[in-house]
Amino acid sequence: MKRHRKPMIFSFTLFIFLSAFIFAKPEQTSAFSDQVIQQGAVGDDVIELQARLKHIGFYNGKIDGVFGWGTYWALRNFQYEFGMEIDGLAGQAAKDKLTQATEFDKEKVKQEMYGTGSAPSGGNNGGEESTPTSSVNVPQGYSNNDIQLMANAVYGEARGEPYEGQVAVAAVILNRVNSELFPDTVSGVIFEPRAFTAVADGQIWLEPNDQAREAVLDAINGWDPSGNALYYFNPDTATSGWIWTRPQIKTIGKHIFCS
Amino acid sequence: MYRWITITLLTVALISVSIWGYQTNKQKNDLYVQAENEYQRSFHELTYNMDVLNDQIGTSLAMNSPDKLSPQFVDIWRISSNAHANTGHLPMGLLPIHKTEQFLSELGDFTYQTAVRDLDNDPLTEEETAQLEEFYQQSGEIRDELREAQHHSLSDGSKWMDVEQALLNTNDEKDNDMVNSFQAVEETFDTTTEETPENSTTSTETEEHSYKNIAGHDLSEEEAMKEAEKLFGKEDGTDWTVTKSGDGALTPMYSVSYDENGERGYADLTVQGGHPLNLLVSREIGGKQLSLNEGFEIAKDYLSELGFDEMELFQSSEYDQVGIYSFVYEDDGVRVFSDAVEVKVALDNGDITGLTANNYFKNHTERDIPEPAISEEEARDAVNQGVKIQENHLAIIDDNQGEEILTYEFLGTRDDATYRIFINAETGEEEKIEKMTDAEINYNSVI
Repeated sequence: MKRHRKPMIFSFTLFIFLSAFIFAKPEQTSAFSDQVIQQGAVGDDVIELQARLKHIGFYNGKIDGVFGWGTYWALRNFQYEFGMEIDGLAGQAAKDKLTQATEFDKEKVKQEMYGTGSAPSGGNNGGEESTPTSSVNVPQGYSNNDIQLMANAVYGEARGEPYEGQVAVAAVILNRVNSELFPDTVSGVIFEPRAFTAVADGQIWLEPNDQAREAVLDAINGWDPSGNALYYFNPDTATSGWIWTRPQIKTIGKHIFCS
Repeated sequence: MYRWITITLLTVALISVSIWGYQTNKQKNDLYVQAENEYQRSFHELTYNMDVLNDQIGTSLAMNSPDKLSPQFVDIWRISSNAHANTGHLPMGLLPIHKTEQFLSELGDFTYQTAVRDLDNDPLTEEETAQLEEFYQQSGEIRDELREAQHHSLSDGSKWMDVEQALLNTNDEKDNDMVNSFQAVEETFDTTTEETPENSTTSTETEEHSYKNIAGHDLSEEEAMKEAEKLFGKEDGTDWTVTKSGDGALTPMYSVSYDENGERGYADLTVQGGHPLNLLVSREIGGKQLSLNEGFEIAKDYLSELGFDEMELFQSSEYDQVGIYSFVYEDDGVRVFSDAVEVKVALDNGDITGLTANNYFKNHTERDIPEPAISEEEARDAVNQGVKIQENHLAIIDDNQGEEILTYEFLGTRDDATYRIFINAETGEEEKIEKMTDAEINYNSVI
């Protein structure tokens, strides 16, 4: 029982504090932090921005906490209608205007976002407190599942390699997708028989870590430490003599990358 | 008494082990047959595809009327894409059948481009007919080799699973008939492609050119380390590892890296001039302290410090406490998409954790940008009426042939979707239309 007392006292104090706050300043509804919100941002400020833009009729998409294109156009149109500079950035002026013109009920919006239950916790540790958003950013032309599949391949092939070696393996997969010598899809390249040892021996089905995922995102966003390679091999375990005849670009960790 | 119990127990054990062994073996064989059948299907389909392709290309050579030719090309395009998919299903990771794949891909490009063209007004040129004849001849050769392989496979009962084994044993690679047939395909192809210079209409995809924007003297390893210190903002005393690239690199470069307090940094610098092509820092990233916008300011300052001028933010995204920013070069108000630079900023303390300027150093040059031949109004009229245009720019993009062209770039919406539309500023044609990817449902958060 003792364990529960502290949080109870805490929430009671919080309640008193909050009600005092509400009674003292009935108009105050804004919870915007002082950041300038720009396209691509995620988090509570974006939820508030979307909810307020929706309240005033500029935004008609889903409130998901990700500043995507829909939010961007809504904000620009809002700035246009209110005679502000149209830059698609939610700076102090835009936030003030929005706060004046609209209402925002955080609890209600959150409930709509996550259904009847409370918002799921976890995900972010430290820093600003925030709840996970109901959507996530994905790079142009890729789904989260594509990223997951590639992360599986990268983890199976290159865990234990330096970070740039993992990015390079992901880059090779993408270089192959773009090459006419290989299948045209990520899954086609990964599951081409005998193309990757991790696929052949089942290591691709290990649970990838966050680093592998980050490496895949970097490769998709344009990083290619492999130097445009189409192949790589581990000189200690290479089974094909042919691979040695390829012009070599560079060695990263245990892998030699070649074109 | 004990003897009999022992004998009975052992007999029972022996029988159960035998049953278990039999079942395991049967399962293994079933899976083996299943895997083999998958390979067999792809292989036989591939040979069938090549048969049909050869016939169809031959037929198209004898055709005269464009109303027949276009559907014929569509058909060839479809079959070649099927065949390409089938090659991807064969265990060829160890045996390159690249010539076959390249043939299929070039044939697909050629037939697609001619099929979508208005052949009434713009009939096949003499070169294109010659190209088609060459495709016909090549497809015939590949078909013959594949038929031979198919014959071996059917008459000797050779298995793809054995091919895998043969390929894994580099020493007796030559012993397998099927491997030999495929190598024969590669070899015949080598001789045929050497005789005929590559036709410019077909090789559009692998347009590689050297780096246009690197200048300066060649750096020594010590100088490369100095450059790296500047780039990472490191003091003297960092323990750098420097390696030089091999023959396959598009431009010679140094790769420098360090490991320090659980942080690893890596960068590629060109030997000539020491330009940074890639930079990556990997470390644990703590809780978010900075907004995406503050990270943008840091990224912008970093770029101007490194001497990238006139860079304009084109896209930004936040992923797990990291901000990723794409900049494009702006030449007198014209956005040049091929001169892109990406910067990664850790949003816990604002450190730069990544930079890639590979495209910038590869493509950036002094450009002589012409005045657009059509007005913005005329370009707007060329956009689908259902799209509400929200934003516009002038932009330089690469067309299908890899040539840079001046376009009007329109960002517009149709219902909830956002599109990026490029209208050629000279001809008024739609060059490219992209639907912008929006945020995806976070499946982890759905309760």
